Amino acid sequence: MSSPSHTPPRTGQLKPKTDWSSVVLAPVHFIMGLADRPLRLLQKRAGIGGMAAFFLAPNMLIFGVFVLLPIIINLIYSMTGGSALFLSERSFVGTDQYAKLFDCKSYLDPMSCQEDAFWTAVGNTFWFVVLQVTLLILFSLITALILNRELMARSFWRAVFFFPVLLSPVVVGLIWKWILQRQGLLNFALYPMGFEPYTWLSDRTFAFAAAVGVSIWAHMGFYTLILLAGLQAIPKDLYEAAEMDGTKPARIFWRITLPLLMPNLLVVVVLALIRAVQVFDEVFVLTGGGPGTSTLFLTQYIYETGFVSQPRNAGLAAAASILMGLVLVVLTLVQLGIGRKNENKGKR
Amino acid sequence: MALKSLFAASAFALLASTAHAGDVRIMWYSDGIEGEVFQDLVNRFMKENPGINVIVDNVAYSVIKEQLPVQLEAGNGPDIARVTAIKDLAKHWLDLRPLVADAKYWDENFGANADWMRPDGSNQISGFMTQLTLTGGFANKTLFEQANVPLPGPKATWDEWAAAAKKVAQSQQIPYPMAMDRSGHRITGPAISNGANYIGKDGKPAPLDAGAKGFLGKFVDWSKDGTMSKDVWVSAAGQSYRAAADDFINGQVAFYYAGSWQVPNFAKKIGTNFDWVATGSPCGPAACTGLPGGAALVAVKYTKNAKEVAKVMDYLARKDIVKEFSERTLFLPAHKGVIAEGVNFKTDSALVKEALNTFVNATKTTSDLANKMPGWRWSDTMYGAVVTRTAQAVAGEMSKEDAFTRIDSDVAEKVKASSL
Amino acid sequence: MSAAIRFLTRRKGGKGWHWTDIVTWVWLIGGLFIMFGPAVWLAFSSFKTPQGLAEFPPSILPYVTQQVKVEGYEKPLMLYNAKMPDGSTRVLAEVRRIGIVSQMVDPKAPGEVIKVNIGDRQPVREVFFATENYTQPFMQFDFFRYLWNSVFVTVTATLITLIVNSMAAFALSKYEFKGRNLAMLTILATLMVPLSVILVPLYSIISTVGLFNSLWGVILPTVATPTGVFILRQYMLTIPDELIDAARMDKASEWQIYWRIIVPLTAPALAVLAIFSVVWRWNDFLWPLIVLSRRELYTLQVGLSIYAGELNVQWHYILAMTVVTMIPVVVVFIFLQRFITTGIAGSGLK
Repeated sequence: MSSPSHTPPRTGQLKPKTDWSSVVLAPVHFIMGLADRPLRLLQKRAGIGGMAAFFLAPNMLIFGVFVLLPIIINLIYSMTGGSALFLSERSFVGTDQYAKLFDCKSYLDPMSCQEDAFWTAVGNTFWFVVLQVTLLILFSLITALILNRELMARSFWRAVFFFPVLLSPVVVGLIWKWILQRQGLLNFALYPMGFEPYTWLSDRTFAFAAAVGVSIWAHMGFYTLILLAGLQAIPKDLYEAAEMDGTKPARIFWRITLPLLMPNLLVVVVLALIRAVQVFDEVFVLTGGGPGTSTLFLTQYIYETGFVSQPRNAGLAAAASILMGLVLVVLTLVQLGIGRKNENKGKR
Repeated sequence: MALKSLFAASAFALLASTAHAGDVRIMWYSDGIEGEVFQDLVNRFMKENPGINVIVDNVAYSVIKEQLPVQLEAGNGPDIARVTAIKDLAKHWLDLRPLVADAKYWDENFGANADWMRPDGSNQISGFMTQLTLTGGFANKTLFEQANVPLPGPKATWDEWAAAAKKVAQSQQIPYPMAMDRSGHRITGPAISNGANYIGKDGKPAPLDAGAKGFLGKFVDWSKDGTMSKDVWVSAAGQSYRAAADDFINGQVAFYYAGSWQVPNFAKKIGTNFDWVATGSPCGPAACTGLPGGAALVAVKYTKNAKEVAKVMDYLARKDIVKEFSERTLFLPAHKGVIAEGVNFKTDSALVKEALNTFVNATKTTSDLANKMPGWRWSDTMYGAVVTRTAQAVAGEMSKEDAFTRIDSDVAEKVKASSL
Repeated sequence: MSAAIRFLTRRKGGKGWHWTDIVTWVWLIGGLFIMFGPAVWLAFSSFKTPQGLAEFPPSILPYVTQQVKVEGYEKPLMLYNAKMPDGSTRVLAEVRRIGIVSQMVDPKAPGEVIKVNIGDRQPVREVFFATENYTQPFMQFDFFRYLWNSVFVTVTATLITLIVNSMAAFALSKYEFKGRNLAMLTILATLMVPLSVILVPLYSIISTVGLFNSLWGVILPTVATPTGVFILRQYMLTIPDELIDAARMDKASEWQIYWRIIVPLTAPALAVLAIFSVVWRWNDFLWPLIVLSRRELYTLQVGLSIYAGELNVQWHYILAMTVVTMIPVVVVFIFLQRFITTGIAGSGLK
């Protein structure tokens, strides 16, 4: 066995731009340089503040047309009825669709509602978000801390944990379905140990746990990478100083690592939450929302109501999506508040 | 300059998407090899008619089901499409009657199903069925033989099949005696055999009658006591279709209720692992019927090349072409002349030939009511509600009675909402 | 050899085993199995025949029943290990099966037909890679066209995303202006809206502006990613304002500040966004499926979906093509991930 070749552990000495990148970037710099003269003229006329608008414009324009406008149209949709697809042929029904969604005898019992599937989905989504986000961040943090240690073949291990992010959600759902179904790999592995084949995905609790687990599996690498980037930005001398003082690892973690990681952690929490609320593709392939409706989540409900069920009910789907959006806006506001506090702390 | 190259690239992309005059676009989905066979037939057409360029856009079935309606509604879409929701979208189909060479030929040979794909009350020729399907059962003959249980005969009832399959399952140690696809369409055949009638006097959906409740209830009970596999039924929420074919292919169930389209699939995947037979549909008190269905090739009225479209359709509907297509794809043909002449399916498996013939024969016992379903506007609505709620009952989320009440209220709600 | 072992077991500090070392390795090895295992299995499965895929119990490696050509029979016959009445086992070829009795012959002496109960025979299996899962789709579908479309969409969308998002993030992090918070809030709020929810309105917009059946119809709606703006802005907030003030003193234009100072300093975050953008755009499925209904415009993901029929899905092709489509993203990741670490380490961020 020969020892595998590897690059020495990186220190802070390497320059960000290696040779190849400056070669590649030269023409880009040239082009961007050309843009400077007209933009200077623009700056003269608009002032520094006006340049903010210039920088913001392309993104906001695309964003406005392809994201914001559809949402506004959706709002209008939510006030129409009928089975026609395009607004011009739909009749105005006011808040009927919302009334239908809220038509419940008791909000705690989805079965007492007219749209029982909606409230089931709301409940499922809530528990999913709570469980998935907590565990996801926990696992990502542990993985990032471990990958930040001096390991051999660190880039290999990083790739291992990042790998599932590269897979499309459909493939993720499929792989795990094949593993968990009655004729799947898991039962095959358990069989010699004397377990009878079990239909894991027909078990309400397990199916839900599988939905949580698989979506963590699929997205963990993404968040680990962001956290790892944050960890690597923490100056090494801080740790060295702490170790010289004989500070315990746990204390180092709480006093140095965690506070300095906060900005990245905030990014991770916001993104993870949003992704969790939107959960759809991989779980849809994995469980289809079953057994029964135990893994039916909001996005699936909206998609099925508006697109799949016959005749489609785009109005009801739009109303549900608007409600979902409202909840999310509130969540964001709360998080922005927390973020603002941290920013201020950082500046001081 | 970056922008310039972007524009150049965009011009290229636009160029690529411009339609040429004389182009005919066909949107086609495949369950098996029919895409290849179809392409082959189309290539021959283009050789015969050098002026017409036919482009087959192969798509996923979900595109046909979910995206094509959106395109049609916006006045976009292909020139010809292979679709299954043929009645729902009937207002988008082109009337080929004035365009085809011989309308009488079409009426004669495809007249039986023409009503499935035209707006109610018209005599439009919208297209033709590329294949007919019929729901029906399959039995694992080898398992039955090993268990020394005789296969129930052609007039056997659902209960007799259940009893026999149970005996087989017990002696052969397989997990479930029977399985059925998770589909409202599949479960409706047996329900009709049990005396169900979904269609009310006014043509709108009627509340579930005793016949329907009887079979749905029995199905739920069977799923609970293990006579019927509940795996596929609980494997999704809502209306999603799930096939139980893999369980049958692996010899995990003795009897499987699906339909004629599984024959080529079984031929490929079961091979010589065991012998299987198509059994037709078991009987109920009212009938021994399966539910017909299939996919149609229809012309879309937003086409800019109607004349060429008609030419292509005329070619594809030709007797020899329909015959060849059916023979090579192992699909049941819908062409009257071809059926009368008999089809020589291209397979060297005796099992497959026998199974296909069983299905051809079973079309004769299809009840009138079952034949009406594909052309009825609300059938998909009914199927959707039935499968959603029955599956919930199977999963133990609600009682049978609650499920029935919910089916009725779901359907009533849909009918009300869409008439707004 | 011993150097290799020492190297493999190298630990923090090197003063004996700390509990964190144990946790680390348990976590890594466990992670290797859980994260990598399923994908390896997927790769092997992509070489299975349709029959092999449907089989239970599933195998790790693709197996098929061995076949043999026997004199006097036209087609190759399947080989089985058959248990004889006297308790011995023989390798026999199956001629045909009638009910539960299998008629077999010895391939070496095909004259005599031996009857065996099918319960007493086990197929002789061999590892077989069904490469036709790969070759067949290559012949049937216009692979290189789809590849080009996918590459075009991915590269263009990623470039636009990087430029447009970084400009917006710059404005939102380094300028004070009225409505800044409102803009940020709108962007964040819409982060939440999944595509499947706004499909219909978005579709009507696309077809109104004439981008239906055009690759630009796929690219444009995806480039103004709120996620990108968010990540970049958070990162840019850590860049000290003094740098910008100093540049302004030196008469640098705002554009130069953006391009010469902000962008290079944001390189690590840009690399992260680039990776994600490539992965997202490459794997995009639902939206391209709606916009592109013409064969010559398909991206790879749309192209491979044609194997999903109404009643039947041809998994063997889908799996094989999935493996093929994964290769480019893996390459991009391996390439860019080095850049991230060097970038982060070298940018000297405090």
